[in-house]
Amino acid sequence: MEWQKVASQLFPSGHQIRQDSDLLLGEGRCGKHTVAVIGTTNHTEVGVELALAMATAVLDVIRNHPARPIVFLVDTSGQRLRHRDEMLGLNGYMAHLAKCVEMARRRGHAIISLVYEQALSGGFLANGMMADVCAALPEAEIRVMGLPAMARVTRISEERLTELSKSSPVFAPGAKNYLKMGGLDALWEGDLSACLTDALEQVDASDHRRKRGLERGGRLLAEPVVNRVLTDS
Amino acid sequence: MSGSYYESSARARITGMLDAGSFHEWLTAAERVTSPHLAILEQPAAFDDGVIIGQGSISGKQIFIAAQEGGFMGGAVGEVHGAKIVGVLERAVRDHPAAVLLLLETGGVRLQEANAGLIAVSEVMRSILSARAAGVPVIVAIGGQYGCFGGMGIASRCATAIIMSEEGRLGLSGPEVIETVRGVEEYDSRDRALVWRTVGGKHRYLLGECDIIVPDSMDDFQHAITACINKGDDWSLAALEREHQLLSKRVKHFGECKDGRDIWRELGWSDPDAIAMMGNDEFIAAAQGRRAKQTAGGS
Amino acid sequence: MTMENLKYRFDGGKPTQGATTIVGVLGSGNLEVMVEPATLGGACEIEVSTAANGFGEIWQAVMKDFFARHHAGDIRISVNDAGATPAIVSLRLDQAIETYKGPQKK
Repeated sequence: MEWQKVASQLFPSGHQIRQDSDLLLGEGRCGKHTVAVIGTTNHTEVGVELALAMATAVLDVIRNHPARPIVFLVDTSGQRLRHRDEMLGLNGYMAHLAKCVEMARRRGHAIISLVYEQALSGGFLANGMMADVCAALPEAEIRVMGLPAMARVTRISEERLTELSKSSPVFAPGAKNYLKMGGLDALWEGDLSACLTDALEQVDASDHRRKRGLERGGRLLAEPVVNRVLTDS
Repeated sequence: MSGSYYESSARARITGMLDAGSFHEWLTAAERVTSPHLAILEQPAAFDDGVIIGQGSISGKQIFIAAQEGGFMGGAVGEVHGAKIVGVLERAVRDHPAAVLLLLETGGVRLQEANAGLIAVSEVMRSILSARAAGVPVIVAIGGQYGCFGGMGIASRCATAIIMSEEGRLGLSGPEVIETVRGVEEYDSRDRALVWRTVGGKHRYLLGECDIIVPDSMDDFQHAITACINKGDDWSLAALEREHQLLSKRVKHFGECKDGRDIWRELGWSDPDAIAMMGNDEFIAAAQGRRAKQTAGGS
Repeated sequence: MTMENLKYRFDGGKPTQGATTIVGVLGSGNLEVMVEPATLGGACEIEVSTAANGFGEIWQAVMKDFFARHHAGDIRISVNDAGATPAIVSLRLDQAIETYKGPQKK
């Protein structure tokens, strides 16, 4: 779905979101809430400049709009795969963005994210996956890595990986599997602004993904293992 | 007496750096808390899923520790592996040790566990930040042959401080992945010197992506860790604002650089090719005033 | 190809005391070996989990030789193997049992 369509459905009372290259910035009104909007589009690769721009936006909200919720609109093909970005420390820029999001959370900003097209790996870890409520449209694609690169690193053939992607929840790149594994809180469809309003009213600032993964049967060991560490002698 | 950190297994690093006899392991190998996802790929599972966790002391200070075994699946993070690390960090939030020590050696998300691995890495990131917000410094050491890459390259920069050896490598996407997707002209993964100028310990030290650089010995890592514990942490909006300024400057000053050497030249090194051959002490001395201010941690 | 699980039992070993021990790293061409105390009336039980199929007879021979060298009883040995050669397997087993027993009084 195009970001403009997503935005009009999320914010029927109106929004001022601007697109600057592949970056989306602005605010939207949803019911009684005004929220900050930070996002990407065009399946963009997130490099150092884009990561820094998103961090700038988060710090801006913290400084100028106490307690304002932040909504991330996610559409990315992952981190920018370039020698230059590696050399400049893209991992550090991504971490900085994640730290800014965490600081916003700690200072009382609700963090919501919606994957409306694609989300991969590094481009998702630093923003969308840091949210209190991480949602996706049912048709969204969420994955770790493209198949050719995955085949090269794992030395498993692309055919086998494709087969596994169809049959195994752990490999399949769909939003439904991330939901089942607790990585997503919910799939949003129909009245998106109602979904957003509900999310804003149910924000739980602790990381509940392990519990969700266990409850939903998609990730059975993460929660018990953490609990064992907590209770070991 | 001190052995090579690079050559040592995760267990040997723990023995080599913690106070003698102080280490108490949680979820021991005998408990066989292994990955349920590897059999389908005919991949043998390790008893401890490639990460050893527990508590002990360093220079008399109580610490919690997680040490990744790079030799098992490149130290990559799967569901169980990640949950063990999260457990250590969440226990630290409750029990308040002097620090959490993460000996990282990892390619990042364990691709064989795909989605479960990605969520696990995200949970590690959040739990690192929870520990810091609770006042427990999280100290990362990187010095093994597999480096620290992928989502764990991001997680490591969420920590309080990073200690690297020259042999260590820290980045996000591995050279092989970039070469596969963009071609060898973009990044030749077999050019070792190029890789070290891009993600190696000395480059990261000069760029401000790691706090301390040490020779490859467990004693040196241990001393650096103790120093970091004593320094404490600065998890604050002001610290983030400072880091933001430094990261903005970095792109401005070095955004057009084609190679690590160009960056070092900009930093004031008239002979950047000499850096590779310098010993650790010589390098640190020469780097005074010729190094970007570090962004990691409480500086 | 699937994981193969092999089991061996050797009776008549000397009860051998020690602390649960793990040696080796499960990398390609390598193996990890864990030795645990067990109440087996002097027997030695060995379990192998390996990705390399069809080498049952070789494992049998290696384990038989190991037991003949050490005659260690009341222990359970567990092996995770990723294609190590018989020579490396024997080396690792020897290392494991020596580490398990700990420093020997002269």
